[in-house]
Amino acid sequence: MDDTAVMLARVQFALTIGFHYIYPPLSIGLGIFLVAVEGIYLKTKNPLWKQVARFWTKVFALTFAIGVATGLVMEFEFGTNWAAYSRYVGDVFGSALAAEGIFAFFLESGFLALLVFGWDKVGPKLHYFSTIMVCLGAHFSAVWIVVANSWMHTPAGHHIVQGPNGMRAEITDFWALVFNPSSMDRLSHVLVGAWMAGAFLVLSISAWYLLKHKHEAFARASLKVGLIFAVIASLLQLVTGHASANGVAKHQPAKFAAMEGHYPVSAPADLTIVGWVDEQHQTVQGLTIPGGTSVLLHQDFTTPVTGLNAIPMDERPPVQITFQAYHAMIGIGMSLIGLSLLALFLWWRGRLESSRWMLWLLVFAVLGPQFANQLGWMAAEIGRQPWIVQGLMKTRDAVSPNVNSGQILFSLGLFTVVYTGLFAVFIYLLNDKIHHGPDPEDAHGPLVKLPQKITDALSGHRAEG
Amino acid sequence: MDLNTTWFILVAVLLAGYAILDGFDLGVGILHLFIKGDNERRLAINAIGPVWDGNVVWLVTGGGALFAAFPEVYASAFSGFYTALMLLLVTLIFRAVAIEFRSKRPSAHWRQGWDIAFSVGSFGAALLMGVAFGNVAAGLPMDAQHNITGGLLGLLNPYALLVGVTTVVLFAMHGAIYLVLKTEGELQARIRGWVRPLIVWFVIFYALTTMATLLWQPHLAERMRTQPAWFLVPMLTMLAVANVPREIFHGREFRAFLSSSAAIGLLVTLIGVGLYPYVLLASNDVANSLTIINGASSQKTLWIMLVIAIIGVPLVLAYTAGIYWVFRGKVKLEKTSY
Repeated sequence: MDDTAVMLARVQFALTIGFHYIYPPLSIGLGIFLVAVEGIYLKTKNPLWKQVARFWTKVFALTFAIGVATGLVMEFEFGTNWAAYSRYVGDVFGSALAAEGIFAFFLESGFLALLVFGWDKVGPKLHYFSTIMVCLGAHFSAVWIVVANSWMHTPAGHHIVQGPNGMRAEITDFWALVFNPSSMDRLSHVLVGAWMAGAFLVLSISAWYLLKHKHEAFARASLKVGLIFAVIASLLQLVTGHASANGVAKHQPAKFAAMEGHYPVSAPADLTIVGWVDEQHQTVQGLTIPGGTSVLLHQDFTTPVTGLNAIPMDERPPVQITFQAYHAMIGIGMSLIGLSLLALFLWWRGRLESSRWMLWLLVFAVLGPQFANQLGWMAAEIGRQPWIVQGLMKTRDAVSPNVNSGQILFSLGLFTVVYTGLFAVFIYLLNDKIHHGPDPEDAHGPLVKLPQKITDALSGHRAEG
Repeated sequence: MDLNTTWFILVAVLLAGYAILDGFDLGVGILHLFIKGDNERRLAINAIGPVWDGNVVWLVTGGGALFAAFPEVYASAFSGFYTALMLLLVTLIFRAVAIEFRSKRPSAHWRQGWDIAFSVGSFGAALLMGVAFGNVAAGLPMDAQHNITGGLLGLLNPYALLVGVTTVVLFAMHGAIYLVLKTEGELQARIRGWVRPLIVWFVIFYALTTMATLLWQPHLAERMRTQPAWFLVPMLTMLAVANVPREIFHGREFRAFLSSSAAIGLLVTLIGVGLYPYVLLASNDVANSLTIINGASSQKTLWIMLVIAIIGVPLVLAYTAGIYWVFRGKVKLEKTSY
């Protein structure tokens, strides 16, 4: 297989997964937010909370629809572009993917119908049950896909044997596969990152309404719950991130060395806050704490850490991009902790709404978790190169042998055009929902149910106007 | 029954489930441009509104099950159909976006544009899936490593195109029946008028496909020749199709819909019976084919997957049925509608 085709296949996968990964984290984060606010509504019976739940349900539905459409692409691509990979690991990897379909997608998409269209068709308790099921489905889908992906980083529960058409990986222990050494660390890190994505979207739109003095009661209510989620998730991310990094150092020393820009075969490792890797001289220029990484890993300044020079040349990942993505993710994560704690403090002192600079910061902070999520995945996946499955199969051996550069170039062009349009559509619709705002009717339960004819006429009128 | 056969049946069931469920909402899309009036078009879209998303999940899960149970088949088929599948993905994305988007602005041009995207997307998806299915039924040229050779143009052979067109007509008929079930009044009367010609067209294409199959793809009829009991399947298919106009005439739309659903399920069964034990048949050299044995995962994995299916599938069927029950009855435009 020629290198161009391999590179094009990688670019296409990176583009499609990167685009897809904007949406499921929002669904997961908004899902858990919806469980909270609809729960408050059921408890307090205050129609304001119903308004909050209904507005965010619409935003949820939008992220979900694009998530499904772009997720389908991902599922096809393993076969279309990575046929050799699919043959080699299908026995192991395919099961996790199928489990995702059976346990997560059906749950999520089925109950979504009740969540979005069922407000007046089912009772409030059944509706709340649907909200919980949708949220659960979104989380389950993260569980299975992260399990499958983690197996690619720290394969376990399998053996390599002669299959019907050559060597391949087969399951020996399903639970060892599910609980492979990195899956729980990575799952918690991904889920908390998703909660941050949802919480900061809520904060952003709510802060915007407060700045514009629109829908203020609604915005205050949303902001309060969103802020609690943002603070908890941001702080929790410090814990899961630390656990993940420890796991990487233990199980994927090459990736860890690239993330930290650490070259010596075995020496205490410094901690760089910001820096630039000088790959030629094998050093990092920047703001560093000597021995800092050793402290984080081993609580000791002098414990040696495996460096890139201990790894054969042809098994080293690209260093600069892994290093930068990892450090940018941490930088954003730390800023979000600071921002959310400061916002919490201002809110507690009753000064949040008068601090317009803070509200503006919150409006734009929605981008923070999105960038951090993307950068985190880049560090994780680029850091695993040249392996597609750590230690078992290299990326260049994983592509479809019968798909040529021309075909990939065609599909890559197609996805670039379609996804650009899709992103424009998403932003347009989100903007439309923000401008439309929460429905004032939702805040007052109808005193009498209008006859169907009048409801029809009203909705017809609204659609035309 | 061995695990490999069980999984052959389960994957076929998932595909049949997908064809029955997404079949009607693709059909609604195919007919969409023939429906006149904005309110009427909104009614048609909202008739599939709460369920189309879930219907697509059957394809996702079918693909996942194929990957897990028959990874060799998944890898060969998906890489072999590369360009066709990329186009299919684009049609499905267009359709999904059009449903979400068309009613967001009142402009007639705007809505007409999205209506075309919805309809062309639905038509293209049905056609591409039919063509792919026709190629799988007929068999494809494959090398000794089970890679499909031949590219996109090889897929566009007359037999596969015939199956493609038959699929479009079948889904259009199925979608029309669904719309009759979900609408009322004048709109219903108009769509009811389309059902009969669509059935006639479907029967014509079904007959043509059957003849073409017997003439050029005799391997698909081999099992029926040796085990005539299987002839029940095409007979039941014909009866199911013939029952549709009868139920429509008596105003029993739900039973008509069940009949056309049964017909789709039986058609998938027919191909499955004809292919078994092959999953991907090599048309150049039968030794290069992928069967339920050399295309499958290990016995252990098939067993694990079966446990997952036994736990998961009843749950899926229960809440899918529940959701269709909640949204039963005629479609109305409401605040949450598209």
